[in-house]
Amino acid sequence: MAECHPVGFQWVVEAKARGAKVIHVDPRFTRTSALADLHVPIRAGSDIAFLGGIVNHILANGREFREYVVSYTNAPVIVDEAFQDTEDLDGLFSGFDPETGSYDPRSWQYDGMGMASNAGSRQRRIAGGEAHGSGGAKLSHGSPPRTDPTLEHPRCVFQLLKRHFARYTPELVEQVCGVPREQFLEVAEALCQNSGRERTSAFAYAVGWTHHANGVQFIRTAAIVQLLLGNMGRPGGGIMALRGHASIQGSTDIPTLYNLLPGYLPMPIAGTHGSLQEYLDDVRLPAGFWGRSDSYMVSLLKAWFGDRATAGNDFCFDHLPKLTGDHSIFPTVMAMLDGTCKGFFVPGENPAVGSPNAGLHRKAMAKLDWLVVRELVETETASFWYNAPEIETGELRTEDIGTEVFLLPAAAHTEKDGTFTNTQRLLQWHHKAVEPVGDQRSELWFYYHLGRRIREKLATSAEARDRPLLDLAWDYPTEGPHAEPSAAAVLREIGGVGPDGRALPGYLELKADGSTACGCWIYSGVYADEVNQADRRKPGSEQSWVAPEWGWAWPYNRRILYNRASADPEGRPWSERKRYVWWDQEQGRWTGHDNPDFGAATAPGYDPPDDAEAERALDGTSPFVMQADGKGWLFVPNGLDDGPLPTHYEPPESPVANPLYGRQTNPLMETYDRPGNRMNPALSPVYPFVFTTYRLTEHHTAGGMSRTLGYLSELQPEMFCEVSPELARLRGLVNGGWATIVTSRAAIEARVLVTGRLRPLRVGGQVVHQVGLPYHWGRNGLATGDGANDLLPIVGDPNVHIMESKANTCDVLPGRRPRGPALVELVEGHRARALAEQEREGSR
Amino acid sequence: MGRRLPVWPVLRQLRGNDRLGLGEAARSARSDTLAPRTAEADRVVRSICPFCAVGCGQQVFVKDERVIQIEGDPDSPISRGRLCPKGSASKQLVTSPGRLTTVRYRRPYGTAWEDLPLEQAMDMIADRVLATRAATWQEHDAEGRRVNRTLGMASLGGATLDNEENYLIKKLFTALGAIQIENQARI
Amino acid sequence: MTAGPRMGFFTDTSVCIGCKACEVACKEWNLVPEDGPLRLTGDSYDNTGALGASTWRHVAFVEQQRDDQGLRWLMSSDVCKHCSSAACLEVCPTGALFRTEFSTVVVQADICNGCGYCVPACPFGVIDRREDDGRAFKCTLCYDRLRDDLQPACATACPTDSIQFGELGELRERARERVAALHDAGVAEARLYLDDEDDGIGGAGAFFLLLDEPEVYGLPPDPVSTTRDLPTLWRAAALAAGTLLAAVAVSFVEGRR
Repeated sequence: MAECHPVGFQWVVEAKARGAKVIHVDPRFTRTSALADLHVPIRAGSDIAFLGGIVNHILANGREFREYVVSYTNAPVIVDEAFQDTEDLDGLFSGFDPETGSYDPRSWQYDGMGMASNAGSRQRRIAGGEAHGSGGAKLSHGSPPRTDPTLEHPRCVFQLLKRHFARYTPELVEQVCGVPREQFLEVAEALCQNSGRERTSAFAYAVGWTHHANGVQFIRTAAIVQLLLGNMGRPGGGIMALRGHASIQGSTDIPTLYNLLPGYLPMPIAGTHGSLQEYLDDVRLPAGFWGRSDSYMVSLLKAWFGDRATAGNDFCFDHLPKLTGDHSIFPTVMAMLDGTCKGFFVPGENPAVGSPNAGLHRKAMAKLDWLVVRELVETETASFWYNAPEIETGELRTEDIGTEVFLLPAAAHTEKDGTFTNTQRLLQWHHKAVEPVGDQRSELWFYYHLGRRIREKLATSAEARDRPLLDLAWDYPTEGPHAEPSAAAVLREIGGVGPDGRALPGYLELKADGSTACGCWIYSGVYADEVNQADRRKPGSEQSWVAPEWGWAWPYNRRILYNRASADPEGRPWSERKRYVWWDQEQGRWTGHDNPDFGAATAPGYDPPDDAEAERALDGTSPFVMQADGKGWLFVPNGLDDGPLPTHYEPPESPVANPLYGRQTNPLMETYDRPGNRMNPALSPVYPFVFTTYRLTEHHTAGGMSRTLGYLSELQPEMFCEVSPELARLRGLVNGGWATIVTSRAAIEARVLVTGRLRPLRVGGQVVHQVGLPYHWGRNGLATGDGANDLLPIVGDPNVHIMESKANTCDVLPGRRPRGPALVELVEGHRARALAEQEREGSR
Repeated sequence: MGRRLPVWPVLRQLRGNDRLGLGEAARSARSDTLAPRTAEADRVVRSICPFCAVGCGQQVFVKDERVIQIEGDPDSPISRGRLCPKGSASKQLVTSPGRLTTVRYRRPYGTAWEDLPLEQAMDMIADRVLATRAATWQEHDAEGRRVNRTLGMASLGGATLDNEENYLIKKLFTALGAIQIENQARI
Repeated sequence: MTAGPRMGFFTDTSVCIGCKACEVACKEWNLVPEDGPLRLTGDSYDNTGALGASTWRHVAFVEQQRDDQGLRWLMSSDVCKHCSSAACLEVCPTGALFRTEFSTVVVQADICNGCGYCVPACPFGVIDRREDDGRAFKCTLCYDRLRDDLQPACATACPTDSIQFGELGELRERARERVAALHDAGVAEARLYLDDEDDGIGGAGAFFLLLDEPEVYGLPPDPVSTTRDLPTLWRAAALAAGTLLAAVAVSFVEGRR
């Protein structure tokens, strides 16, 4: 956190000064470790074993926050008797179909409740959990599930959890993670002691935690810990994702993502969502705020298609294109290589450096018909056709690359109005300070005018496929010398307007009858009272510690989600120290420091009538208002592709055998086994070391905004690798010298930092060496170097299609890498040896 | 020399209280009139740091329509006026001579960048989009399901952009029937 | 100009995260150029090396393997000390260096002729001449900002309040409280550096809370002003006058060429 979010870290430093204990679990000793009370070096990719160990420690010692767990989680719910655990099936849950390589989750359901017909395995490969929106999966909820509040029933979630993690003992943690059991116990105890009524503990992770083939389940394990300890929905608790780009949260909320529509509504799926009704029947949940999906979706269609969207034409639902599978960037890159995807826009991203197996991305771009790059500077993505590393090796030749490249200068944040959504869901408006220079333009300008031109070119078209474009509401007011569209007008459309044309106060006002329009339901209210709420700047020093009048947080300016959980089932604060929102009996409403999660007048004792819908169908003790049962899910009956409980599998490439199960890796791991993207064989002596990639304080992601600046480049001027003194001795590496790192995809060179901050770990009977690789560098800019992400395979998490980039294997050689074709020979030579080795092993 | 020193410091030193000539007497004319350049800004514009997702407040100082300084916004309850090295380098980011100012164009199989007027580039890109879309349009997939889309083009990027910009991208591309839209959220 | 209270820096290295925001904020504000070739030093995360004409804040990184307590990574942002007895200023023959109304020591670029006398005079090796320019540069404690009641750029940016700016007396009090708090928390090695007015430089306008001996951070343990033993500072004043006369003469000669 100190490394990549230094200014956010001020609050950790302040908390520490007030007595908080700071624990840092990371393969490397970083600038965060330097200020932590305890640094725990861990083997990259073994996180579920570590966190599962904490779950086991809590459950085996009765350390859970019992009242919270019983009331606010699904711990008491009894699960279908057909359910079988990985402990029973050697690493598989019940429902696995070896032929399709996927799960049928019917046996994971709550006892006697069945499952909605549309969810489940059919949608696998399409969108996984994300297709269901942030609320996770569908749960048919005609009546409350069978529960056992004593948590004793052998099939209740609590007991299943206990059994599932029983083998995750301190000894196992030591064996899998390389963390001494005493140190592990210190962490587990610290968390337990600092949780409960009076105290809360928080997890913060940078998104490296998601960069794993089991990433979703890593974070799920942390969620289980936090639910068991009662740390969700309470001040000082929670799990904070520290994200890396100014508006990466915003670009998920208002998604430039294939499987989502704004506000986590799923994109329609071919065959399944033939009509608006079919879509809504699938998406709308019987209880919780997804119960209002119809109003969100119809209002979105009204924002997009305006007057053309009517009840008579399904509000133009049929204009939306349909998904048939995984259309994320990885299969798209494969489609470029295969020649089916021919055109590519890249606004403000640098895949030629930042993407996993970046070399494959570069080769893919060389197959395109056309490429449009919009950037502040000429990035490696724009220049691949003349200076990609593959030009040097002879794998690509400039004269043979048919890609037409448009490189358009972009406006910077100081040259345009707009909002960023920060990592806490906070929308903050930035004002234009100066006009951009020359051809520099905002993306708002580019996409608005591109759309305008396209619509003009098609104005007389009678083609059916052009109807959505011609029906599009695409008439934003423009201003200034370049006819810049008004960002405020766009934000207002996002926030929504009512039948009277006035900006809406929030999504509870949205209607499914076409009388309201709203571009993103969770952002509804951002323009309430015709005020740009994201531009509120009341000084922090002049308001409460929650600072509700700075910017605007979705939804409803709520600063802590699920804050109903900050009070006990009767609505009283768990403790005076941790009071946040509470039920005011006299007033008959919720009050406190924040906007309460559900109806302010929903009493703690509220028992919904049978015909209640949406949030009114949740009882008064259900804080998790996006879930159909209102509870925090320790066990996930539906919505995850790779199982209802987190389970330790080894990373796709690992030097270690899985000590828990015969199954080495996640059975649902997404692989793309093809030339240019081969995996290192597991346990291969040719690739004996683990490498992990990361960012440095002094640079920004793929470098386009930092390697080009002198003041940042001089602080970290060259690509380097970090190795322990032991590994340096083993491989003859010298501090300040050079090393070559080799995988099945690529070989790169880096200067060497020999440091005790990396330390070999004893894992089971063997020693695991880990290599640290910052990934910022490329060929352009002031500070140049080889790109670490060239080394990575494209292999991913089945739920969200995120790659494994934090725990892969490699070889390390002293000295610089070969130049020209010899580089390819080095990579291929290593691979041939590894395959031969594997064959020998296999024949033994 | 005379231009630099209107009053010879030694004279000031001998005349004044600063007999050692280490303080007042040594002040130059520039030191006498020195003021922070932010004091001369025509306006101060409220902004947000463009690097990571912490969302630190920034104040952008503008003089003669140029950014002359960017520093932390002390009013922000998120950052309390502080910035990391990247945020502190924001002025260099936006004023860097390395920034592109004109459209660069590389024709197929070309070996060098060429100039291209922005308007023409926009027109060519619109034509490319329509041609690729027409050539790759799918009304139904192989199983006969209606898909009304194109898999012929893709987009990657968005996490560094504004919400309003992402909104227009998603809205336009969806209307185009282009579904392969992705950003850094997965990478 | 009326002299106010002495202003200075207290750098609490116990909360430094080595982010180098101070280095960048300083350069952005003071328009200091990049410093030297882009080469990795191999010295932990320190690629700036040392304070110099184009580096007025420098973060040192010290990796320590301690047998009893394991690994420690010390970070410390160094800066000009703005000494009470400032040799650089005392030897400056042109009057380019002067003591401001904030009791800070500032080089005036419009006067400095690049003679370089100040460079060896500094007991900390802080002030230096810029190769291409010839003149001497160092931290001004953001003299221009101070004149408008702004904090120096480094202290403004510092994310964790490791760099604190204020009245020196208040800072010293705050620093002593911080040391006591750290001692209470078991950090016995916390100590202040350059907070003593009786030391060899008469106390510093920039002092530090360190977690180890000064040498560990590359700081002199007992710095002494190089001019302390001069019988009288008038000698320096006379030298200044003489040099100025000589400089005027030289400029005359050069001007006539």
